[in-house]
Amino acid sequence: MATKLKPTDVVVIGLGAAGGVAVLPLAQAGIDVVGLEAGTWLTRRDFAPDEIRNNVRDWPMSVQKAQQEVPTHRVSATANTTRAGSHPMMNAVGGTTLHYWAQSWRLNPWDFKVVSETTRRYGASRVPKGSTAEDWPFGLEELEGYYDKVEYEMGVSGQAGNLKGTIDPRGNIFEGPRARPYPMPPLRSTGFIDLMAAAARGLGWHPFAGPASINSRTYQGRSACMYHGFCNKGGCHVDAKNGPHLTTIPRAQETGRLKVVTRAHVTSIDTDNQGRVTGVTYVTDGEEFIQPAKVVLLSSYTYENTRLLLLSKSKAFPNGLSNNHGQVGRHYFSHAQGAGVTALFPFNINAWYGLPAQGVAVDNFADDNYDHGALDYIGGGNLWVMSDRRPIAAAGMGTFGRTPTWGKEWKAFVMQNADRTNTAYIQKTTLPYEGNFLDLDPTVKDPLGFPVCRITADYQDNERKVTAHTQARMIEWYEAAGAIATQANPLGTMGPTTHAYGGTRMGKNAETNVVNEWGFSHEVPNLGVLGASVMGTSGARNPTLTVQALAWRTAEYLAKNWKRVTV
Amino acid sequence: MPHDKKPGVSRRDLLKRAGMAGAAMTIPLTPVTAGTPTARHKGVPDDGKGVPDDQAPAAVRREPTENLTASESDLLEAICALIIPTDASGPGAREARAAHYIDRALGGALAASKPAYTAGFAALERYARSSRGGPFLELPERDQISVLIDVETGAATGFTGSPAAFFAMVRTHTLQGTFGDPFYGGNANFVGWDLLGYPGVRTNVSPADQRLGVKLTPNHQSAYDTPMFTKAQARLSEPVRPSGSSVSSAAPESVSHGD
Repeated sequence: MATKLKPTDVVVIGLGAAGGVAVLPLAQAGIDVVGLEAGTWLTRRDFAPDEIRNNVRDWPMSVQKAQQEVPTHRVSATANTTRAGSHPMMNAVGGTTLHYWAQSWRLNPWDFKVVSETTRRYGASRVPKGSTAEDWPFGLEELEGYYDKVEYEMGVSGQAGNLKGTIDPRGNIFEGPRARPYPMPPLRSTGFIDLMAAAARGLGWHPFAGPASINSRTYQGRSACMYHGFCNKGGCHVDAKNGPHLTTIPRAQETGRLKVVTRAHVTSIDTDNQGRVTGVTYVTDGEEFIQPAKVVLLSSYTYENTRLLLLSKSKAFPNGLSNNHGQVGRHYFSHAQGAGVTALFPFNINAWYGLPAQGVAVDNFADDNYDHGALDYIGGGNLWVMSDRRPIAAAGMGTFGRTPTWGKEWKAFVMQNADRTNTAYIQKTTLPYEGNFLDLDPTVKDPLGFPVCRITADYQDNERKVTAHTQARMIEWYEAAGAIATQANPLGTMGPTTHAYGGTRMGKNAETNVVNEWGFSHEVPNLGVLGASVMGTSGARNPTLTVQALAWRTAEYLAKNWKRVTV
Repeated sequence: MPHDKKPGVSRRDLLKRAGMAGAAMTIPLTPVTAGTPTARHKGVPDDGKGVPDDQAPAAVRREPTENLTASESDLLEAICALIIPTDASGPGAREARAAHYIDRALGGALAASKPAYTAGFAALERYARSSRGGPFLELPERDQISVLIDVETGAATGFTGSPAAFFAMVRTHTLQGTFGDPFYGGNANFVGWDLLGYPGVRTNVSPADQRLGVKLTPNHQSAYDTPMFTKAQARLSEPVRPSGSSVSSAAPESVSHGD
């Protein structure tokens, strides 16, 4: 028998990058919030610099809900289904921001207007065939204030490249205008990163230090980064990585309006006969609870957002909540972030320390920053070179075809070259397509008996062409810096990923989008959805800051329009 | 595809190399009873480039096994030592105690791999006898290497699953045991980190430490030598993930990195 709890104003499902930010503007407006989180609080004591625990064994000390719900994947509706060994995300207060790379980019202006800008510049025929891409319901200028808010509330380090229209070549000259500089200067450089930046300038490109939600100096009383080398899938032992667990959530708790409930595994969003949500049902240690609320904000990860909506069936929504237009799960895509390039240098580059957010970017070949008139694709990629190495991964490196992968000859190769390789990270424009979608797996279930999410998706010609072009540019860059061998790595599949978009896309048209321009369901007025699941294009950079800016914006809209949403 | 002028390494190259390996200095493999620290080698010849005497263990002390049988343990020791050999350049997986790491983990985080190890060892032994005419441990080193190449490339017969997957698993775990934190029972005396030139776990890194050309002195610290960190589980069983019931089991897809 489920225990019915005291009603609250808003229940937030998931206190990660999105939900963990949304709670603050709500609490500050005097709205009572219950934040349900499947994981627990973790502290700096839990963040040992241990490659086996963090990178090999996926944080065995944390709540492993996500690991029991790994989505299945098939490249098309007629292909075989496979299941990855692990889920890339984690459950905790703060979610995957505990161990993410913390690269905190704003999208570029083009990313909001891919369809109209492509049509204007090259003609409508240049929008890739089969793509379901739409322009966002607003442009960068609408989101600028929210980006700014989140950058200062949480703490982002970086170098502005466009301050109110004035270009600063130390930053990204292709970024849209910003009202203020970053609250902190960028993370420091390294000897190798200096070398790469000089090589990029030699090619006539515009290298710059990328933005990170990591303290480059003491900020809000928290320490500066220690550059210890275990940031990649590791938590910060000095609280210099600025997730919501350190910033927005504690601040919301201080107002007395936020109640955090950990180890709460939400199993359904509940509705009444009028088609409004009434709250959620969750399970903790086998015991069931009902949390009534006037508004529900769904802010789990992309796969779980679609899955929970499809699992929440009712008389008003027989095909899943907010799915009477059949749009839940549509417009899905995994960011084309594979296909890096690995280079071998004839000298040690001293990359044993640092972090993935400590690096140098080139945006000359991203978005529509170069002329595509004579090309047969749109978009591009952000080239990123960083200082990141740990011993097991270093020993597991490829050998550029020079030796086998074990034995005496291999050992000699590794002894010489363990600190001589570098792998660039290239994030590429990725679009939604007709045949790429999420639904429920017909056979695979989680331990509670609920179907897991199924991904049906594959990269298309446009992503593959962007891949080939950006890898060629990256090889050119490495060779200019003195690399003696390079290897272009495969793009991979559209299986479970840290950058998963769509499924509950945002847009004005209810026929093709799940949520409206404010992040509230077209079909269920008191249901909001937060996360990259509302994003319709990826841009060529990490989604988290955009997710957080959108979360703040949806929460602020709710606070300002409380009566309209709740009546 | 490798963007490199050098051709890839073919199986023929591997076999040629295996034949040549017989000329190299090898460590006699003496099967030992579990718990009896008798596996010894004569140390590494000092060619001036080898490891300093204080890092070249005169004897490798084997720990009591926790999960493998004595004969499985002997096989694993031999395979690990062929994957990362001990040679004139210094210690390898044997001195790092990679096999000890694997044996211990098979009762915890790697428990799900235990049946694959048991079946794989049995198949390897059968294949060695049928194809090379003797027990694996009694074959000359070049034959041991060529047997492992057959397993690695999938040419070996008599395996219930994929021989290549078995080899890849043992190699992956050997790397973890040699280059992971010593807390888990491998990387003994930090020989794995010294092999790579990894200067060790630090909690604070200075700007000077990240310049080109600096030579950092290895500090030989485990993560858990810093008292602030909650210890990971080295032995206890950790949550086992559900398998994909009716879904065909596949090698884990590469999970994209990034945040």
